Amino acid sequence: MSLLTVSGLSVRSGPSVLVDGVSFEVSPGDRVGLIGESGSGKSLTALAVTGLLPPGLTATGEVRLDGVDMIAAPERQRTAVRGPVAAIVFQEPLTALNPLMRAGRQIADPLRRIRGLRGEALKLAVRDALREVRLDDTDRIARSYPHQLSGGQRQRVAIAMAIACRPRLLIADEPTTALDVTVQAEILDLLDGLVTRHNTALVFITHDLPVAARVIRDTHVLRNGRVVESGPIDSLIDHPEHPYTRTLVDSARRFDAALERTARD
Amino acid sequence: MALLEADSVGFSYRGGTPALTDVSLTVRAGRNVALVGESGAGKSTLLRLLLGLARPTTGEIRFAGRPLTRGRLREYRRAVQAVFQDPYSSLDPRHRIGRIVAEPLRGLGLRADPARVAAALDAVGLPADTASRYPHEFSGGQRQRVAIARAIVCDPKVLLADEPVSALDLTTRVRIVDLLASLCAERDLTIMLVSHDLGVVAELCRHTAVLESGRLVEQGDTSQVLGSPSHPYTRKLLASVPRLAR
Ligand SMILES: Nc1ncnc2c1ncn2[C@@H]1O[C@H](COP(=O)(O)OP(=O)(O)OP(=O)(O)O)[C@@H](O)[C@H]1O
Ligand SMILES: Nc1ncnc2c1ncn2[C@@H]1O[C@H](COP(=O)(O)OP(=O)(O)OP(=O)(O)O)[C@@H](O)[C@H]1O
Ligand SMILES: [Mg+2]
Ligand SMILES: [Mg+2]
Repeated sequence: MSLLTVSGLSVRSGPSVLVDGVSFEVSPGDRVGLIGESGSGKSLTALAVTGLLPPGLTATGEVRLDGVDMIAAPERQRTAVRGPVAAIVFQEPLTALNPLMRAGRQIADPLRRIRGLRGEALKLAVRDALREVRLDDTDRIARSYPHQLSGGQRQRVAIAMAIACRPRLLIADEPTTALDVTVQAEILDLLDGLVTRHNTALVFITHDLPVAARVIRDTHVLRNGRVVESGPIDSLIDHPEHPYTRTLVDSARRFDAALERTARD
Repeated sequence: MALLEADSVGFSYRGGTPALTDVSLTVRAGRNVALVGESGAGKSTLLRLLLGLARPTTGEIRFAGRPLTRGRLREYRRAVQAVFQDPYSSLDPRHRIGRIVAEPLRGLGLRADPARVAAALDAVGLPADTASRYPHEFSGGQRQRVAIARAIVCDPKVLLADEPVSALDLTTRVRIVDLLASLCAERDLTIMLVSHDLGVVAELCRHTAVLESGRLVEQGDTSQVLGSPSHPYTRKLLASVPRLAR
């Protein structure tokens, strides 16, 4: 059964259409990628799906998350399904983190609310969550405020917050952009493991084709708010149909080539 | 000529362990420098010191051969611009993009010429009506490009850029990399780039320095460092680069 059904989703800001008739489905264990250039509507799609669009933007069409209509249902119902079912890693970690709260408390919050953990068990779970995202200096990180962490450390705190409660659907919006490639590889393995071991459904938003190829299977390429091409990631890379997808593949190869040339010289 | 130098620089955040230890690095005019290293290695901290936003605990930062003292910060700020790692938090949400991008011009006592602002926005691939809108109306990659437009609007001599293209899709990234390369070639810009994208490093920077846990473990010609890395961390870094299968 599908966990998330999006059909004909559009997002508008006054007269301008920012997301235009996007449809896709996600079942448990799926790895779905939304890829596309800057401004193509990836983040707005993720926000609309979880009922978190900022004021001033309106969504039409249908979004069903575990049966709940995320566009029409009252806020109370949407919040009730969002927490336990779906978690989102926002694109900009600083906007997701509370600047006035220590990282440890921010991770503890959903663990307490959703998994009902208290006391020592809660402390241990926070520590595990930090270790899972390779923040091994757990005590210091837990005590730090967001501004006392590096960019990549913040991004990992945001990931830890999202996955600590083992959501059934994880929406991750460019979750590894602030990470160097070694840590990135570990986080991608972590996400991969979540899907394989816990049958978590993953919606992975990225502009990075090589990164996408490591974790996702079904891919939707967005451009100007529309899905221009869909299919398994491997065939999109081998036989891109849409000119935009072709440009994406070519640019990925260009940086690969620059690196290889330099390494050879 | 040495534009910017870190000489045996050490730095500790209040109450913390050292974030940087004995770091010496020189940025020469016309020779772009890449700074790479693991998350938490101290890259942003070093940029902050080079920008004069914090003072080293030990050692010295020099600009054009002389110590970067408080009295010289004004002169220094004329020559240097920065792109911060978290572009959104560096854009004032209450101001329109036009005003945000014009900031460095006003800082230099120049007229906030709308034509220069428009040219900078155009150079980073943002449409003309961008200037009249607010930061929250833009996507992550668009905001990152606003930050780049602001940094280049006044033709700086040095650009200290912290992951300036990380939020950009590949086609936009190509555009920005080409833009920066042309500014270096035509406007005497020198860049110090923090990036975990080694492909971008290879395209833009002649010199590469590798930071691990606050220490420089390797530096030299980019082709040397990436071609025959001598330090285990650099090797690991290269091995982890995600690439497309052939
Ligand atoms: N609050 C808003 N008001 C008006 N327009 C908006 C708003 N938020 C986003 N937009 C516009 O909607 C379009 C899609 O934005 P979105 O954030 O979904 O892009 P994206 O695909 O996530 O891009 P990126 O890769 O740069 O993050 C962009 O052109 C953006 O300028
Ligand atoms: N204000 C602060 N107070 C205390 N510690 C800090 C502060 N800012 C950064 N740190 C710590 O200093 C170390 C270096 O941080 P820095 O931001 O320089 O790393 P970075 O190399 O830029 O990492 P990233 O690639 O993740 O951005 C990190 O361990 C970080 O937690
Ligand atoms: Mg986005
Ligand atoms: Mg940093």
